[in-house]
Amino acid sequence: MTSVDGVTRVIPLKRPFNIRRWFARTGWRHLVGIVMVVFSGFPLLYVLSASLNPQGTLTGSNALFSRVGFEAYARMLNSPDAPFAQWFGNTILIAGTTSILTVFLGALAAYSFSRMRFIGRRAGLLTLVLVQMFPQLLAVVALFLVMSTIGDLFPAIGLNTQIGLIMVYLGGALGVNTYLMYGFFNTIPASIDEAAKIDGASHARIFFTIILRLVAPILAVVGLLSFIATTNDFVVASVLLIDPDKQTLAVGLYRLVSNPNYADWSAFSAGAVLAALPVMALFLYLQKYIVGGLTAGSDK
Amino acid sequence: MRTDDTDASTTKPSKRHQRAAMLAEAASGGLKTILIKIVLLGIVDAIALYALFILFLQQQWLIFGLVAAVTLVVNWIYFTPGKLPAKYLTPGVIFLVVFQVFVVGYTAYIGFTNYSTGHNSDKAQAISALMSSAQERVPDSPTYAVSVLDQFGTLSFLVTDPDGEVSLGSADTPLSPVNNATIDGGEGVGLTGYTTLSFQDILSRTTEITALTVPFSDDPNDGALRTNDGSSAYLYLSSLVYDEQADTMTDTASGTVFSDTGNGAFISAAGEEILPGWRINVGFDNFARAFTEEGIRTPLISVTLWTITFATLSVATTFFLGLFLAIVFNDMRMKGRKFYRVAMILPYAFPAFLSALVWAGMLSESFGFVNQVLLGGAEIPWLTNEWLAKISVLVVNLWLGFPYMFLVCTGALQSIPAELEEAATVDGAKPWAVFRLIKLPLLLVSVAPLLIASFAYNFNNFNLIYMLTGGGPRDAAADVNVGATDILISMVYKVAFTGQARDYGLASAFSIIIFVLVAVISVVAFRKTKALEELNR
Repeated sequence: MTSVDGVTRVIPLKRPFNIRRWFARTGWRHLVGIVMVVFSGFPLLYVLSASLNPQGTLTGSNALFSRVGFEAYARMLNSPDAPFAQWFGNTILIAGTTSILTVFLGALAAYSFSRMRFIGRRAGLLTLVLVQMFPQLLAVVALFLVMSTIGDLFPAIGLNTQIGLIMVYLGGALGVNTYLMYGFFNTIPASIDEAAKIDGASHARIFFTIILRLVAPILAVVGLLSFIATTNDFVVASVLLIDPDKQTLAVGLYRLVSNPNYADWSAFSAGAVLAALPVMALFLYLQKYIVGGLTAGSDK
Repeated sequence: MRTDDTDASTTKPSKRHQRAAMLAEAASGGLKTILIKIVLLGIVDAIALYALFILFLQQQWLIFGLVAAVTLVVNWIYFTPGKLPAKYLTPGVIFLVVFQVFVVGYTAYIGFTNYSTGHNSDKAQAISALMSSAQERVPDSPTYAVSVLDQFGTLSFLVTDPDGEVSLGSADTPLSPVNNATIDGGEGVGLTGYTTLSFQDILSRTTEITALTVPFSDDPNDGALRTNDGSSAYLYLSSLVYDEQADTMTDTASGTVFSDTGNGAFISAAGEEILPGWRINVGFDNFARAFTEEGIRTPLISVTLWTITFATLSVATTFFLGLFLAIVFNDMRMKGRKFYRVAMILPYAFPAFLSALVWAGMLSESFGFVNQVLLGGAEIPWLTNEWLAKISVLVVNLWLGFPYMFLVCTGALQSIPAELEEAATVDGAKPWAVFRLIKLPLLLVSVAPLLIASFAYNFNNFNLIYMLTGGGPRDAAADVNVGATDILISMVYKVAFTGQARDYGLASAFSIIIFVLVAVISVVAFRKTKALEELNR
């Protein structure tokens, strides 16, 4: 640090490097960091190593990176009793459709809560807070029975159909998502709407061409969170989808290794790596927004 | 939370304003918007009409009425001007009501029934199922020539009786004469609208065909036709006879009389029950079972306690580790913080269901990495010993959950103004006192709602439990399939969907218990956080 006061210039001597002082200040922090990196990174490294191991068993996966090959990936993609590519496609389709529609339904509701004043608005918002306390998986038995009744009448949207599953997921579209969006919509000044209204734009036009563009960041966050939540769902998907080639990754991969001692562990690991890569890439890429979205409820 | 009206537009606009707004809206809505609207509503109405048609055919009057009412309301909302909030809310609300609100109510209803394997249909279906399962071939049955027909995947028999009469029937519809069948060699072989199965088809669908029983007439006591080879059928009569007047089933072989005593099944005087039975309301029986039967009550209590312990400890461990790390890495002098941060977020980015499966492999008793490599071949039953399994679940959940808490705490710490710390230090406060008396209370205010959310999430953290330990090790003394690490929601799933006997009624009763618990806990928790916020003011 140098201080300049015109007449005298005092240059403090640079203190010699002292390992003790360094350790007391920041060195121990690196120690904690290294421990945590090993703790959090190791299981992932282990999966990667197991997926590259051509041998199938769990024991064979213990010697990390002893052999490297892509046989397990080939096995996973060509396995006759585990249609991995199909599961992957199903998951993308179901989670993608669900997240897009969730964002759309949630944005419609958030717009009305944020911009319109009507009887029952307050009650509606409170209901949304209440509803999110009871996640759908608690009612999974009833969901199963309702969907099998619907399936008896309309086989196309009932039990064992992906459309049916997406419809069930949309039941949870209004809830925490709407609340997140509602908060964000409120930060957009209402004068923008009014200006557009004066210029002759209809409410639909204001919503679709002005508001939706301004709130794009929160739409991305809600969409991604919904995508991840749908991808991770096991309970509802396992109960509603019966045929193996209709199932999602969570259900399929679970069935594959429900007993890890006898499963083709390398093939499962290969599947896990393939399934996780896109999600992780997207997550790390959008990290900043997601963290912002997650904490949005707290700093009110 | 922000639920109060903050905008200036709360005053109700006058009539003239409203009319002006409507005029402006009508003028601004282009032809394209109107077209899109009409097309979308047209699609919705077409689907609704189709649904109504099907419901009409199936004579489901209650659902018919509901669908019709909803369709009318939707059309009314979108075709009349005004009602803007309704226009924006209706689509989401319909899904919310059907798949969230209704199913919760339906869960409550099922909790009061005996819905389970063996009790999943109405009485008429149960009677016909009983009679067909007890069928035996009539020794002197004439031979009926049959052709197996297929229509949209449903199989039917085209039967030619010894007198040359041709009739058609399927599993649901008793035999009835047809007169437009294609006749070949005195036997009916085809019918318009149906496909006759070839010999090859019959071979490939043998199990389906041999399982098919076609009622001979409306009266179930008349018996049914079955075939073993797809070409000749014989009359089968049930060894059970149903007496409609007395509402009893009689076993003709042993002479035992089974009667409907209001328990959802036919029961003999000796107490013997024949299944399938049917669905009835049982009032509070499921709850009574849950709270009085030793084999259910004990596991239910231990599972409830473990659920609360697991959720509390999960929140506590992840929060304290996350907070500790946030403090450690919140030092500007430290280099490489970005690297550590990304490395520590990895477990959070990895899909949670895969994490649990990977850890299950790593913790495997005889082949897993932890025992084989880290502990040099020790056979520690990480997932199969009652207490070790509980610890493993918590450790894995710590791995899954600490990155979130780390992110949240870092954000909260950075939003605390630095002046506070400086002022306190100038006043002579030690770092620990600064943290405990100034930073921690401020941090808790902003993090508390997230801790409650995290508690609620872990309370129902099905994936972790089910994929890591499967709820096991199983509790051998319990009458229901539960284990030491089962939480309430995984118990519900196992009672309802795994094993031979699926007990939807009991599982729903458990669900209701969860609803009540969650409601009580969240009310208490939100009261507490309100108190916390007021402290801050």
